[in-house]
Amino acid sequence: MSPMARTAPVPASTDPAIIRNFCIIAHIDHGKSTLADRMLQLTGAVEQRDMKAQYLDRMDIERERGITIKSQAVRLPWEVDGTAYALNMIDTPGHVDFTYEVSRSLAACEGAVLLVDAAQGIEAQTLANLYLAMENNLAIIPVLNKIDLPAAQPEKYAAELASLIGGEPEDVLMVSGKTGVGVEALMDKIVRDLPSPTGDPNAPARAMIFDSVYDTYRGVVTYVRVVDGKLSPRERIQMMSTRASHELLEIGVSSPEPKPSKGLGVGEVGYLITGVKDVRQSKVGDTVTNLAKPAAQSLGGYQDPKPMVFSGLYPLDGTDYPVLRDALAKFTLNDAALLYEPETSAALGFGFRVGFLGLLHLEITRERLEREYNLDLISTAPNVEYEVTLEDKTVLKVTNPSEYPTGKIAEVREPMVSATILAPSEFVGAIMELCQQRRGVLGGMDYLSEERVEIRYRLPLAEIVFDFFDLLKSKTRGYGSLDWKADGEQVADLVKVDILLQGEQVDAFSAITHRDKAYAYGVMMTGKLRELIPRQQFEVPIQAAIGARIIARESIRAIRKDVLAKCYGGDITRKRKLLEKQKEGKKRMKMVGRVEVPQEAFIAALSSDESKDKARK
Amino acid sequence: MPSALPLGLPAPADGVLPAQAAQGTDTRNFGLYVHIPFCAVRCGYCDFNTYTATELGSGASQDEYAGTARQELKLAGKALAASGVAGRPMSTVFFGGGTPTLLPARDLAAVLESAVELWGLVPGAEVTTEANPDSVTEESLRVLAASGFTRVSFGMQSALPHVLKVLDRTHSPERVPQAVEWARRAGLKVSIDLIYGTPGESMADWRASLETALTYGPDHVSAYALIIEEGTRLAGRIRRGEVPPIDDDDHADKYAVADEVLGAGGLDWYEVSNWARTADDRCRHNLAYWKGDDWWGIGPGAHSHMGGVRWWNVKHPRAYAAALDAGNSPAAGREVLSDRDRYVEDVLLRVRLQEGLPTAVLDPGGRRAVAGLIADRLIEPSDAFKGVVRLTGAGRLLADAVVRRLLPD
Repeated sequence: MSPMARTAPVPASTDPAIIRNFCIIAHIDHGKSTLADRMLQLTGAVEQRDMKAQYLDRMDIERERGITIKSQAVRLPWEVDGTAYALNMIDTPGHVDFTYEVSRSLAACEGAVLLVDAAQGIEAQTLANLYLAMENNLAIIPVLNKIDLPAAQPEKYAAELASLIGGEPEDVLMVSGKTGVGVEALMDKIVRDLPSPTGDPNAPARAMIFDSVYDTYRGVVTYVRVVDGKLSPRERIQMMSTRASHELLEIGVSSPEPKPSKGLGVGEVGYLITGVKDVRQSKVGDTVTNLAKPAAQSLGGYQDPKPMVFSGLYPLDGTDYPVLRDALAKFTLNDAALLYEPETSAALGFGFRVGFLGLLHLEITRERLEREYNLDLISTAPNVEYEVTLEDKTVLKVTNPSEYPTGKIAEVREPMVSATILAPSEFVGAIMELCQQRRGVLGGMDYLSEERVEIRYRLPLAEIVFDFFDLLKSKTRGYGSLDWKADGEQVADLVKVDILLQGEQVDAFSAITHRDKAYAYGVMMTGKLRELIPRQQFEVPIQAAIGARIIARESIRAIRKDVLAKCYGGDITRKRKLLEKQKEGKKRMKMVGRVEVPQEAFIAALSSDESKDKARK
Repeated sequence: MPSALPLGLPAPADGVLPAQAAQGTDTRNFGLYVHIPFCAVRCGYCDFNTYTATELGSGASQDEYAGTARQELKLAGKALAASGVAGRPMSTVFFGGGTPTLLPARDLAAVLESAVELWGLVPGAEVTTEANPDSVTEESLRVLAASGFTRVSFGMQSALPHVLKVLDRTHSPERVPQAVEWARRAGLKVSIDLIYGTPGESMADWRASLETALTYGPDHVSAYALIIEEGTRLAGRIRRGEVPPIDDDDHADKYAVADEVLGAGGLDWYEVSNWARTADDRCRHNLAYWKGDDWWGIGPGAHSHMGGVRWWNVKHPRAYAAALDAGNSPAAGREVLSDRDRYVEDVLLRVRLQEGLPTAVLDPGGRRAVAGLIADRLIEPSDAFKGVVRLTGAGRLLADAVVRRLLPD
């Protein structure tokens, strides 16, 4: 049994030989945050009385959803055989949309703890991150968590992990983050099995940014891993991608509360504060160097975050537009991947077209906007970015159906993804059927064990952004998991389907779909709207059209009765209040031509049936 | 009267009214409403302010009610005098409920007598009581007529036993012609209330109810679409699927049939839900509500209006009696209407009348809406050109929409 370190190594003068940098690769719910909590307690990094569950998950929404959106690094002291080590645990975001951030976190480590729920086995995304870690030559420590659960099947999943990474099932550590069993052994193993970082202490400073977070009081806090040289307080540093320079106001380590230090040396992980106010000035993946003595070459691997999914965000109440505008501006301070520009919809008024990394990124952002700024938002159906080439060779990028050009189109290209799905083998048929319906092309299939299979498909991104994951879950009774990454583009036979109310096009309901699916979309959307739009004083035809050609139609019959039969005797006050209430209700309608469309109709029409069902429950 | 009271300003204990109430009294008729908050049985669809003997318990008995109502009359006399409102003889009196005829005829007569002593009656005044066909006798109707009542309004609702059952109405259909006959013999005018659109009522059922009612020769018919009020027993039964829900299209069809059958039977519409044999047979008391006249409302939950001041009494009969016993006004709250409020009320009430709303009354926004209403066939074009907004048949069914369009701001 290893004791808590009596004297922790001091930052800025720590020999790389006693540093271990590791991350934990795990799926949502597989207990990463709970394990991290145990490590914080065991090493004394957090006093018992300050401990709260999921200590490192800073936002409420992270705690509630049990997922980590932004990563963080914690320096933990740990003693093995009389030597005090400094362990840097780099927390990684746990979701498919944040693959790039994960890859930067991995690049900051020499090793990874592969944490898998002993009752569930490995999930698609964990597998994808594992492959990523192996490609980065990280040493892997396989761990099964939650062995205290009655449903745990440690032997089965240990065999699965062993076959994935090579080695024997006995090498798989058994822990319980909840009870603490096996956590000390894991800490020891990290020290013994993971390589220490290497780097040239005399070379010009190079440090990789693996996260940057906006803090209201301190500005941007940048998390770095030093590769070569040393960073010291008060020196001027330079960002190698932009050549921008800043003064280093503070440098230090998180343990886990920020603790300023005399600097960071080779192999060390810590934070920098320069006073910048926008995370775009401190980009994940960028290399930090010394302005006076700059490195010749960056560490490489830097990419600008690329939004993949686009959605219009509109305030339900038009007067909230400035609130939404300010909120988005604040959000981008802390989210370099969030892009937005103003957009106007004839049906929804003023709003923004916002680019996201993926659907979860969209959902989380929307939920946070609503919660933190008390906004009611309509988000339009998510879109991908199409590249449209006109006959005159002009090329347009289209992220919104209303921008889709009419006529004279030579070619449309759509973004593709390679998707990995893990599921029990009994669901292979259902999964293949789903992917086939979504225009997927089978890339391969491997059995991880007799019961579990990995299926790889190439799919149009547009086919998975709406309800694919929900359907996958329902078709695999919740066992299926999905990971995807961008994989080029393809030419596709796409058309824009418009929805017309009383002959007037409603931009918010337009969609770009594959020609084969246009009819189904038209029937679905006209049918939905017929249910959602209240009867008006006149008949309202609802049509779906491709260009001038009508492909589906419905109609809402005229309302025939809109009168209170009885005037309630002498209670005229009530009658007047009722009129005011009716008028208030009308104000919350959007006028599309002469048709009054309730806000709820937009929300319901633009959400998938699955999520509507969820809302009903 | 609906179950929920509006929110308003507090009303003073002495019942004295703001100065506005005393202005222009010579241009407005004065009337009296007396609420009788008792029923033998609580009907499943009803959310009016009424109570059965068991619901009420002790402290507010039916026996003492006439006395309590007379206490409020006394207070009304003093309050109006103290407010500087000129005393005027009553043009109309209306006893509603509840079931007024659950009280002995002599009790109703005594309340009326007190009011007449206080204010007097104009010659030819209309004095109505609502009645359940079950709760009148030939004798009681004769007593009412002798004490000054001129008109009785029977809650017939339907001619069909299965419809009456869904409504929880206890009277047998044969009782209605009997009661009407007694009323006629006593010299009373007769109005009949009908309800359409009850779950399970077919179009043939509704037609039969209308035609049956006509065979009794009423001077006046009110036909109301059934409203499912939240919190009523019927709303619960519909929610649980025990009876089918009501349907607005069915209501629209039945309204058209009502207008057709009643019209053929010699009764003309004069308000959305009301038909009368002659102009003289129209319910002048209800017209007074709709035209902004003055009236005092006696009884729990009763509403009053005096020159743009509206107030309403506490709802529960015990609280009502307790206030009066303590020598205080039973008013729970009141509101003083702004010019805009009065304009809105004027439009929303008068547009429902056959005589219509003069376009001269409308503000510019309202006048701009007139052309669209003509185009949508909701108001009569020829009348509109003559300066009157008068609803068409279709317009009557969409009267609330017409009102909203006439009040765009």
